[in-house]
Amino acid sequence: MATENGTRRGYLLLSPTLAVMALAMAAPLALLVLYSLTAAPGPVLAGGPSLAQYGEALARAGYRALFWRSIAISALVTAVTVTLAYPMAYFVAFHAGRAKFAWAIALTIPFWTSYLLRVFAWKIILGYGGVINSALLSLHLISTPLSALLYNPFAVVVTLTHAWAAFAILPIYVSLEKIDRALLEAATDLGDGPARRFLRITLPLSLPGVLGAAILIFVPTTGDYVTPSLVGGPQGAMIANLIAIQFERVGNWPLGAALALASMAMVAVTAALFVTAARAAVRAVK
Amino acid sequence: MAFLSVQKVSKRFATLAAADAVDLEVPQGAFFALLGPSGCGKTTLLRMIAGFAEPDEGIITIDGAVMNGVPANKRPTNMVFQNYAIFPHLNVFDNVAYGLRKEGLGRQALRARVEAMLGTVRLEGLDGRRSDELSGGQRQRVALARALVRRPKLLLLDEPLGALDKRLREAMQVELRGLQKSLGITFLLVTHDQEEALSMADQVAVMSGGRILQIASPRALYERPNCREVADFIGEINFFHATVKSVEGETVTANAGVLGLLSIPKPNFGFGFALGDHILLALRPERITLEGGTVAGEITAASFLGERSHYQVRIAGRGEPVFVAASGPAPPGAVMLGWNPADMIALPFGA
Amino acid sequence: MKALRAYAALYLAFLYLPVLLLPLFSFNASHFIAFPLSGFTLQWYRELFADVAMLHAFGNSLEVGAVTALLSTVLGLMAARAVTRYRLKGAGAVLGFISLPLFIPDIVLGLSLLLLLGAVDFPLSLAAVVLGHVSLCLPFALTVLIARMQGFDRNLEEASADLGEGPWMTFWRLTFPLMLPGIAAALLLTFITSFDEFLLAYFLSGTEATLPVYIWGQLRFPERLPMVLALGALILLASVVVVILAEWTRNLGVSKKSVGA
Repeated sequence: MATENGTRRGYLLLSPTLAVMALAMAAPLALLVLYSLTAAPGPVLAGGPSLAQYGEALARAGYRALFWRSIAISALVTAVTVTLAYPMAYFVAFHAGRAKFAWAIALTIPFWTSYLLRVFAWKIILGYGGVINSALLSLHLISTPLSALLYNPFAVVVTLTHAWAAFAILPIYVSLEKIDRALLEAATDLGDGPARRFLRITLPLSLPGVLGAAILIFVPTTGDYVTPSLVGGPQGAMIANLIAIQFERVGNWPLGAALALASMAMVAVTAALFVTAARAAVRAVK
Repeated sequence: MAFLSVQKVSKRFATLAAADAVDLEVPQGAFFALLGPSGCGKTTLLRMIAGFAEPDEGIITIDGAVMNGVPANKRPTNMVFQNYAIFPHLNVFDNVAYGLRKEGLGRQALRARVEAMLGTVRLEGLDGRRSDELSGGQRQRVALARALVRRPKLLLLDEPLGALDKRLREAMQVELRGLQKSLGITFLLVTHDQEEALSMADQVAVMSGGRILQIASPRALYERPNCREVADFIGEINFFHATVKSVEGETVTANAGVLGLLSIPKPNFGFGFALGDHILLALRPERITLEGGTVAGEITAASFLGERSHYQVRIAGRGEPVFVAASGPAPPGAVMLGWNPADMIALPFGA
Repeated sequence: MKALRAYAALYLAFLYLPVLLLPLFSFNASHFIAFPLSGFTLQWYRELFADVAMLHAFGNSLEVGAVTALLSTVLGLMAARAVTRYRLKGAGAVLGFISLPLFIPDIVLGLSLLLLLGAVDFPLSLAAVVLGHVSLCLPFALTVLIARMQGFDRNLEEASADLGEGPWMTFWRLTFPLMLPGIAAALLLTFITSFDEFLLAYFLSGTEATLPVYIWGQLRFPERLPMVLALGALILLASVVVVILAEWTRNLGVSKKSVGA
């Protein structure tokens, strides 16, 4: 079937999809790059390519702080989400028995609600008259509602951890499910107790799922706009809020573009470093 | 007490009895096979010995120590898994070294022991390969080395050759046998392949429906099966219905219908019987000749298999054909089947 | 083991607690979304169905979701078939390229599309939203469809050809029915993704709001919140019904198959 004719038909079949992706993703990103190389607001590349906007984006302490905060918040969200999801996925993969399918459905249903409203729900929980304050008040643990729960990085982390849970559970579950049970028996047969076996077999073999989940959460959350806007307050603002401001209110598109691309580059580098480090750490376990 | 002793061991899954009061004794240094069709309970028995399943009833001992309640990782056994279960994230060296890491060997000692074992199974130079870079035969050797390097008292092999092609399987049979003899470790093999069991093991236990039907040497199993099921499972065989007519000294006379009256040596009866009992007489195809006999027949199918040919012969008054294995070409036209009644094995009808 | 089971139960509570607040407060007879509850009312649901702007936004979202689902599934189907059926050089790179939106923050995708549309004078509209959503949804559709296509035996198509069917009839009588569960899953997943997507729609929709854009607008007005929660509760209910129906039909398919096996 791998005739020249067949190959041509293959590329032909592929071409509409590639054309749409070129139009909807590649061309816009290319234009974003051009804008980021434009010296001042106005026509694109007026006055020739310039790195001035990147200089601006990286030079201002306020911007830099926002970059680091975004990456720190996302890293924390990723770590907490993956860590909390792992035992859950492990339970479903290894101990849910016949209820496995019911568990899988039960775990995904909360994610079929509107993302905006899921984020908003945390405002109800963490807010001044919210669930936590009401509970603490009625238990007489506090006398006035806590206002420190909402509008800070903590609220952003909690909300994102909840919002992205499914993206951690599913990849980890799939990678655990794929592990041949005979490998676990072989490890036991060769003298491993449950803890050693987990560290030497289960964890390394589920690593692709863990890394996939981590990347799938870390990358988009660094650019999340809704959550910091709704529950972050000024201290919980992230880079996406700054980028949006440049485009919407300030009208400085080149700076917005440079900020967006610089943050993507930082995220990519952080993610690559993390994946390399995690792989090396697990490979060291024999 | 035997080296491995299984006493009255039972295991039920829901209503299915995977092991039903199984008794088994395996002497030290033996190559022992558990043979039976799939679902007969042999794998469950093996897993109970390895520690992956606990018996509902009964006791398992190895080298005098009771194994019930001992977790798999604390038992003096190691296993070659059915599809080898090679750890895909580790190379050959680390797979073989897997079970040694806890022993606190020095780097050098560990390496020496792993290398020596790789030499024993003829895998020198493949230390760095991963499981997906190995052939089926090589994977099998890694699984073997990984288990043997721990110097188990008992090596368990779960259908170890099932994943290999015919030629490799035959070569590995010889090699496994040689390895077992030179290491002196007790091997317990589980297989559904009778040829595998017969060619390698000193002793074979034939299992069916969670019970052991017969334990014997391969030759005895072939020549003196104790029931219809064993006879049927081990090689090709013909069964003839007969009734016990008389017993005189060491000779039993049986009426075998279309075959007439046959005189069978009494030792061919491995069970108690009475006059008038309905019995089965079993006869191997290679014990029958196509010429010079007394029963007329007609060849209905023939297949040439090299050094011998297999024939199906129809005889009057019998619905199913008689299987005959003979060397040399078949005579033209009608055949006259003949055999020595002393080659017939008497089996109880009901069992 | 017990500890793990208890953990699983706690985790499930963590997932459900916030979500269940939506229906709870949607029946609460107060403008304030806070405890204690002040009594039962259906007022918010009545207001919701009387809200013309909401109904209009809902219609827009259905429209965008349907067109996006159809487009991304058809495009995904063609691409999936191309990479599974033919040995194409650079197939890996192509798949990587199509999966790229998974790794680009939505805000970057949305704003760069906004720049492009501005550059070519394409008006902000629901069509612009569809374009953005298709790029967002294609990776999902492709993943689902490739998984399904890899699962089926090439010999089947050759058998069909051998039995005298041409390529088109083979596709209709064999490939398409076998792909149907994958196609249904891709349609569902892409529809829901588009239906729920906020940020791209926020930048690209112009004057025509989709439902999430409408909800976003309401979140600023405290007196509108109970009605928004009622809307959230309805979306939740509809999603649960759809998911259960989808699983139910999938199970029907499975049991039918196992009878044949």
